Amino acid sequence: MRLINRHPDRPSRLLLVILPFALVLFAYFMGSAERLTENPNDKLLPSAVQMADAVKRLAFVADTRTGEYLLWQDTASSLQRLAIGLGISALAGLCLGIAAGTLPLFGAPLSPLLTVLSMVPPLAILPILFIVFGLGELSKVMLIVIGITPCLARDLEQRAREIPVELLIKAQTLGASTWTLMLRVVLPQLLPRLLISLRLMLGSAWLFLIAAEAIASTDGLGYRIFLVRRYLAMDVILPYVVWITLLAWLMDWGLKRLTQRAFPWYEGARA
Amino acid sequence: MSFITVKNVWQQYADQVVLEGLNLNVNEGEFCTLVGASGCGKSTFLRLLLGQERASRGEILLDGQALASEPDASRGVVFQRYSVFPHLSVLDNVALGLELPRSPLLGRLFGSAKKHAREQASVLLHKVGLGHALDKYPAQLSGGMQQRLAIAQALIMKPRVLLLDEPFGALDPGIRKDMHALLLELWRETQLTVFMVTHDLSEGFSLGTRLLVFDKVRLDPHAPGAYGARITYDIPLNSDRRAQRAAVDALPPTLAGVLRTA
Repeated sequence: MRLINRHPDRPSRLLLVILPFALVLFAYFMGSAERLTENPNDKLLPSAVQMADAVKRLAFVADTRTGEYLLWQDTASSLQRLAIGLGISALAGLCLGIAAGTLPLFGAPLSPLLTVLSMVPPLAILPILFIVFGLGELSKVMLIVIGITPCLARDLEQRAREIPVELLIKAQTLGASTWTLMLRVVLPQLLPRLLISLRLMLGSAWLFLIAAEAIASTDGLGYRIFLVRRYLAMDVILPYVVWITLLAWLMDWGLKRLTQRAFPWYEGARA
Repeated sequence: MSFITVKNVWQQYADQVVLEGLNLNVNEGEFCTLVGASGCGKSTFLRLLLGQERASRGEILLDGQALASEPDASRGVVFQRYSVFPHLSVLDNVALGLELPRSPLLGRLFGSAKKHAREQASVLLHKVGLGHALDKYPAQLSGGMQQRLAIAQALIMKPRVLLLDEPFGALDPGIRKDMHALLLELWRETQLTVFMVTHDLSEGFSLGTRLLVFDKVRLDPHAPGAYGARITYDIPLNSDRRAQRAAVDALPPTLAGVLRTA
């Protein structure tokens, strides 16, 4: 049988899903054990016990200096920045995208501008943000907003253009004004698309967040990783990376479920 | 004075002439079927009537007034595809037409007004045979049911003109027959003036009270776009229905209303 026609059944699919993860973990812990037997003070590949100790110290023991639980505090500040950044971007991207995609008079000036803006590398203007907005929360949130809004807006503009012109005409024959047409026809059809775009942009949002935290911050997941780098504390860095990955995956999964729940018509209508 | 008057209408895109010298008078309540080869301007003419496009030359009058140059509630439309809103349930697809004109700010009604609109929509949906599918989304309906929905959606506005652009082109022959019966029934009950583009000649003959054939009378083989199509045949059809419509129109309005709904 040709390879292209062979499909895994349920149990073997599960096995195939787990396999690469198991291989990576196995390779890591083999390497870690080998290095640690050679040199028990090796810091490069910490063992599971060492990492668990580090997590315990950061997550369940109050910091002696501040009295805070560092992991949770870092998580809270990072998520707060991310949520504010994503929220503002989603709103701005939606408004810009709808305006540019449905109103030709707005699209003419907006569309080329958004294209150019989305080409500006956000990290290149991070110094400008620090100069203009200071080193506080605002510049970190702004980096996320500036980084992903143009891309979101361009995507939504494209989706708005893909709404069949028949529907826009039909809405007008049903007595819609420009405003109510956007409110009742364009907006609801773009909302599920916005959630999908957000999912695709989550990676970039985390990138910008961690970059901003690494350079100027006093807390946050990115800040912590870059801080302990000085001590070669791989036992902290690795769990933090796993934690960030888990958070990102959970957000992605949550947005996916939200799309299915809130817009049950969407999957069928695309077919 | 005719209801719709088309005076010397030309439609031209760049150097491609699609329609030339179109003249037509249509009385209220006529059922015009538009036939012709592909690309001979039937749909273009429909778009002109809809207000989606403006004629390059000439004018179209509705009740003696120049036609509004954008689509509005006076003209309902059903397309072959994409006629219904995928994000609204069947009921809301129809109720939308009652909500939009009455709520300029939010485009939706609340409370008893909303309930009333939905009841009205539900009555019409039962009539077109969608009473069992009020809560479904269009993607869950078959092609025929989607077109029923599209027709109900257009009729809830009580338009004076109904424009149909190959509405049954994608349907099975059996379903198509049911749709013809439905359309004729609705046409009999209302004072609708119908324009229907179709590729199916027999459909054109059996439904219409008037058949308009679009064709190019002049052809330059070296410049295919130089000349446009005209209406080459204008055939009165189904005289029984024409006579019936005329007889009902001649009656006093109170009596006519009873007869129409009967």
